Amino acid sequence: MSWIENRFEEGLMMTSLDWALNWARASSVWPMTFGLACCAIEMMAVGASRFDIDRFGAGAFRATPRQSDLMIVAGTVTYKMASRLKRLYNQMPDPKYVMAMGACTIGGGPYFKHGYHVVKGVDLVVPVDIYIPGCPPRPEALLEGLMRLQDKIRHESRAIDRVAQSNQQQLANV
Amino acid sequence: MADTIAPINPADASAPRQADVRTEEMLVNMGPQHPSTHGVLRVVLRTDGEMVLQSVPHIGYLHRCAEKIGENVAPYQYVPYTDRMDYLAGMNNNQAFALAIEKLTGLEVPERAKYIRVMFAELNRIASHLVAVGTYGLDMGAFTPFLYCFREREMLLDLFESACGARLTYSYITIGGVTDDLPDNFVDVCSEFLDYFEPKIDDYNNLLSYNHIFVKRTGNVGVISAEDAIRYGLTGPVLRGSGVKFDLRKAKPYEIYDRFDFDVPVGLPGGTAEIPRGVVVGDCWSRYYVRVKEMIESVKIIRQCLRDLPDADEKEGICNKKCKTVKLPDDEVYMEIENPRGQLGFYVKGDGSAIPARVKARGPSFCNLCVLEYAGKNCLLADIPAIIGSMDVVMGEVDR
Repeated sequence: MSWIENRFEEGLMMTSLDWALNWARASSVWPMTFGLACCAIEMMAVGASRFDIDRFGAGAFRATPRQSDLMIVAGTVTYKMASRLKRLYNQMPDPKYVMAMGACTIGGGPYFKHGYHVVKGVDLVVPVDIYIPGCPPRPEALLEGLMRLQDKIRHESRAIDRVAQSNQQQLANV
Repeated sequence: MADTIAPINPADASAPRQADVRTEEMLVNMGPQHPSTHGVLRVVLRTDGEMVLQSVPHIGYLHRCAEKIGENVAPYQYVPYTDRMDYLAGMNNNQAFALAIEKLTGLEVPERAKYIRVMFAELNRIASHLVAVGTYGLDMGAFTPFLYCFREREMLLDLFESACGARLTYSYITIGGVTDDLPDNFVDVCSEFLDYFEPKIDDYNNLLSYNHIFVKRTGNVGVISAEDAIRYGLTGPVLRGSGVKFDLRKAKPYEIYDRFDFDVPVGLPGGTAEIPRGVVVGDCWSRYYVRVKEMIESVKIIRQCLRDLPDADEKEGICNKKCKTVKLPDDEVYMEIENPRGQLGFYVKGDGSAIPARVKARGPSFCNLCVLEYAGKNCLLADIPAIIGSMDVVMGEVDR
């Protein structure tokens, strides 16, 4: 890079496009308010006084899928809700991420055996990026999940089409 | 100019009608993903401009087969599922189910456990009402009270955590007693919290209850008369907000509630020093304010519990030893208690084995939600979140 050195004034920063975009995306993840059940209360606690998810740039809870990047599926997904969940996911603009919060969304949780109306894992409906175990997970666990998601975003590359990748993943799941 | 505008008279067909005031009915779907429906409630609104002519709640988005599970597991194993029914009041739900099974089998509960149960039921009532008050402010566009309420709620959750290790789904009150004895310094920490908490209620009142905008949005909105409240089978703060002084803790004392001294707050007409002008009995503000007042009464009960708490008895323990092996007789029982949201009843039928033949829950949120069709009629579109929020429904218990 010697040809570029000393050509610019002071105060100018050089970086890669990937790094800049990932930095912006990772530090302003906007989640959608999508509380389904018990885990939603812990999600609210994360947004409130003590835990304050705003410290990590993810405090702007949006009420509409069209303005959000992250869907925190907080609570049991039933068969009646699954189609709505899929629809909400499709309404979100790319790049979009999904967090499965709690045992129910990971694999049915306590409703696995006798819950005839409970979807046994939200990854059967939408592709999931981060799984957070617990029933319900503690707010610290949700914050940890958010940080792992930010790690994931930081290592993304524009060279790989994420949409095509997730579509392939979905096809592989079917 | 005023003379040239023809008066609108629908009966007079020959009169010229104004094109821009003619409206038509429209069906609007509210939910299941909506920030002010408190979960996954879907309401179909028939609107005419800004007016809502009819609102029909649709439920079942969180049906988790709780009653079916009750027929497949032993009562001791079913206690954690009651936590997840009304997830804001886990302790109260545990208590309702435990009392039903104890009534059916005749299990004795140690004296100390009874006091701990009442104490935690009331602490959880405060925690639940704090969420109700905070999120109601959120529905009305006030974000700050929510943060204040959750600050105090976190302290309560610390108390629960020190006793049973869970923040939300406790399973602490179990059949035959409670799972663990209190930690060593619990009485001191708890009374310290109560001393801190009681003056905070004035803060909430100044922040939210007497806020002019808040009173304008909730006063005289969604009025339910006392007769209609009884006719619809409403219970809890929704019933008491309509001015009916009925509380199971007073009317049919269960556990040891007859030993405590407390009041039952009801909705009062506005225009006094305490109740602002513009409030009528049975409106959203009254229902909200009953919850605020109930927190003060709960503090009173907890203080009396802490004062009278008997010492641990080594021989008796804190939980009946037979709680896990108990067989249910061939009999049926119905037991109801006062949940933060109203009357929660459990019907349990045994058939001689360890697993019940039938478990049925009578949820207060489910029964209170039915009044939405009555209260959410001929009101403005912006009143619908106010009405739903004042019912304080928890969808986990509506759908079960």
